[in-house]
Amino acid sequence: MSEHGFETEGLAKSFGKVTALDGVSVAVPRGQVHGLLGPNGAGKTTVIRILATLLRPDSGRASVAGFDVVRQPGRVRGRIAWSGQHTSVDEELTGLANLVMIGRLLDLPRPRARLRAGELLARFGLEEAAGRPVAGYSGGMRRRLDLAASMVGHPEVVFLDEPSVGLDPGKRDELWQLIRGLRADGVTVLLTTQYLEEADALADAVTVIDHGRVIASGTPAELKRQVGGHTIVVRVDDPADTGTAAAVLADVADRTPERSSRHELVVPVAGAEDFFEITARLREHRVAVSELSLRLPSLDEVFLALTGAPGTTANDPHEPTKAA
Amino acid sequence: MTATSLEQPRTRPFAWCRHSLVLARRSLAKTARNPGPIINGIITPALFLVLFLYLFGGSVAGSTAEYVQYLFPGILVMGAGLAGMVSTGTAINLDLKNGVTDRFRSLPISRVAPLLGSVLADLVRYLIAVAVLFALGALLGFRAAGGFGAALAAAGLAIAFGFCLSWVTVFVGVLVRSAEVVLAIGFISFLPLQLGTSLAAPVETLPGWLRTWAEINPVSHAMDACRALLDGTPVGDSVTTTLIWCAILFVVFCPLAVRAYSRQQ
Ligand SMILES: Nc1ncnc2c1ncn2[C@@H]1O[C@H](COP(=O)(O)OP(=O)(O)O)[C@@H](O)[C@H]1O
Ligand SMILES: [Mg+2]
Repeated sequence: MSEHGFETEGLAKSFGKVTALDGVSVAVPRGQVHGLLGPNGAGKTTVIRILATLLRPDSGRASVAGFDVVRQPGRVRGRIAWSGQHTSVDEELTGLANLVMIGRLLDLPRPRARLRAGELLARFGLEEAAGRPVAGYSGGMRRRLDLAASMVGHPEVVFLDEPSVGLDPGKRDELWQLIRGLRADGVTVLLTTQYLEEADALADAVTVIDHGRVIASGTPAELKRQVGGHTIVVRVDDPADTGTAAAVLADVADRTPERSSRHELVVPVAGAEDFFEITARLREHRVAVSELSLRLPSLDEVFLALTGAPGTTANDPHEPTKAA
Repeated sequence: MTATSLEQPRTRPFAWCRHSLVLARRSLAKTARNPGPIINGIITPALFLVLFLYLFGGSVAGSTAEYVQYLFPGILVMGAGLAGMVSTGTAINLDLKNGVTDRFRSLPISRVAPLLGSVLADLVRYLIAVAVLFALGALLGFRAAGGFGAALAAAGLAIAFGFCLSWVTVFVGVLVRSAEVVLAIGFISFLPLQLGTSLAAPVETLPGWLRTWAEINPVSHAMDACRALLDGTPVGDSVTTTLIWCAILFVVFCPLAVRAYSRQQ
């Protein structure tokens, strides 16, 4: 048995003139949650579809649970769950009928299929809508049914293509719980997302791709260190102290701090030593602070630095458009 | 190995058969929930039956009682043809567009199971359409002079022909972008295919160009064969010709449709 949940090597794929993937290599150990990040059109969906045996790569190799996706697609399909970027449930059937049908296709006896469908409908908060045709579902309900549909079997590897799109915050928390639950059960998860905080919160490691190439990979913390050093943020109680605080920061960090608001100063520093030095000096000068932190850049900042593009899309309703 | 993977269902023999049946059931559940298409598929031939019978009954055959004997077998073939022409093609097309096909493809089932399932369900829909049309025919005075066995044979032939013709629509359904286009192609072909035939009058009585087309049109042969079977008159080579056409349509379009459907991008 392979120790990798899934693995790709030099994956390439073109659609006519468009090169979607240009040599993507990712290897994820069994039981890990891996985040695949990248701006729109980077090739995330293409990677997932190749791994889920929905698309054949032009060149390169991909295997899931030790089975080659091109040569042994049947073996792969028996071990995976896939939930696409766009939901893929039958609009005319009820939520229940959709799940029972998938259970039956996975060779569960009818009573077991119904039982499993009931469990999943409850888990995804769709009990009340179970008997209604999907055509009348809201976007969020559809997404949840789609996720439920991918969980009917007991997959070893789960591919989720932007699973939190269309979910409200409460439901998104439930999704996160679900993904953590999968991980606790030893399931390998590949998740693409535009919400970087999501990758930060869930992923053991992330791969950032852009224009079909891997541009960075590692744990979220590694990426943050790779891109930039620490920053110190000081928020003073009394705006009158800002001048003193600024002088302390400038002296220790050897740089002019940036004043991000009336009360707040930000300065990049070399590391934790500077932080302790600044803390001590502020106390010496009796500057009352309400907030004092040493932080790594957010994954959003990492993303911006790596790709030159903001992590969220222009048409993303949750985030105002930022200039690229 | 994780504990959960032990629960992986084992592959059992005839999996593709069982999966096709599961998907046929799904298709029929959709028909039960939304019977619009099958009702349309029955009402169209029923309307032509009633319309032609009372419009032309007197002038073509002298009386409606005699004309219904001529007209009904053709209507039967039209009914089976329409039932097959609309359902699977549009259903497959919708599944492709809604991503349902992708979901199926990510499951450990035969690639053609969804196609087979839909076509199997079509067979049930043909049976319903043919049964309803027989009932309507009987109401309007149609009697199968050839007897019960011959009537069954005619129904079987009409269904077989509809089934084989449906693979053309399945092929189109896999290829084109939207279900509307599948329907439009169905409508456009309806006129020459179903009406440019011996449906309303023997081909010998049709004007030159129409007669040439109607003589070539396989639907004419199917109608002639059903008519002879139901009437109990000699079938000549009409049944053989129809069966040959069935074989040609099936052998050409079934593999084309299956290949187009199961190919990976
Ligand atoms: N079926 C397709 N036909 C043509 N181009 C495609 C197709 N699928 C994806 N592409 C192109 O490939 C690139 C990668 O797409 P995709 O994998 O969907 O990116 P992402 O999921 O990261 O937004 C894009 O430029 C996209 O336009
Ligand atoms: Mg995508």
